[in-house]
Amino acid sequence: MREPTRKTELRGGAGGRAVHDVGGLDFGPIDREEHDLALWEKRVDAMLVLLVGPKKDAFKLDMHRRMIEDYGQQTYDRTTYYEKWARSIRNLLVEQDILTRDEVEAMMADVTATHRNAGREVATDTIAWL
Amino acid sequence: MPTATTTRANFRIGEKVRVDARPVQGHCRTPLYLRGKTGVIVDVLGSYKNPERLAYRSPGYPATVLYKVRFQQTSLWPAYPGSATDTLDADIFEHWLFAAKK
Repeated sequence: MREPTRKTELRGGAGGRAVHDVGGLDFGPIDREEHDLALWEKRVDAMLVLLVGPKKDAFKLDMHRRMIEDYGQQTYDRTTYYEKWARSIRNLLVEQDILTRDEVEAMMADVTATHRNAGREVATDTIAWL
Repeated sequence: MPTATTTRANFRIGEKVRVDARPVQGHCRTPLYLRGKTGVIVDVLGSYKNPERLAYRSPGYPATVLYKVRFQQTSLWPAYPGSATDTLDADIFEHWLFAAKK
């Protein structure tokens, strides 16, 4: 998985600067190198498009933005673009009463077991709910 | 609760506006680096449901007018290294804008 290359930069203060609102701060040079997206990243993208589309209308894009902006600063800086999306989609499906937390956890355990039984490497870290 | 789906624009193209400098808790689409800055309306983009309400499961009414506002880069960044004529356009909702004095 691609690691975010930018450093973490303190941005507290009384000015009302939210964690994502970094315009004007110095994060060093921008990585302009083109890179391919992993299959899971494309899937996360597709999932969001389907969920916010008129047919499903599971939640609004503005709710997705709010959920991503609610990250703690260090977690925000240390997670990649689509990791933020994946966590937001999961949390919003629970917030909107489409899935329960238990159902998500059960599905994750199921998928993890399937991969482990097939002898594949399985990530052991989890994404915090809050 | 107001339910207006369209809202009349109170600013016109060419008018000078100042962005409110209020601090915000929660979701909004006005970046901090533009707050308190003065720009000129260059386009009226229409009225939209309020994203600050939509973000919290509200239907987003009353609709709020979105403008394209042009800022001088030198007015945004104290040590701006580029041309003095460089500008930045940003989409800003009407509830963030005041009429600016000439």
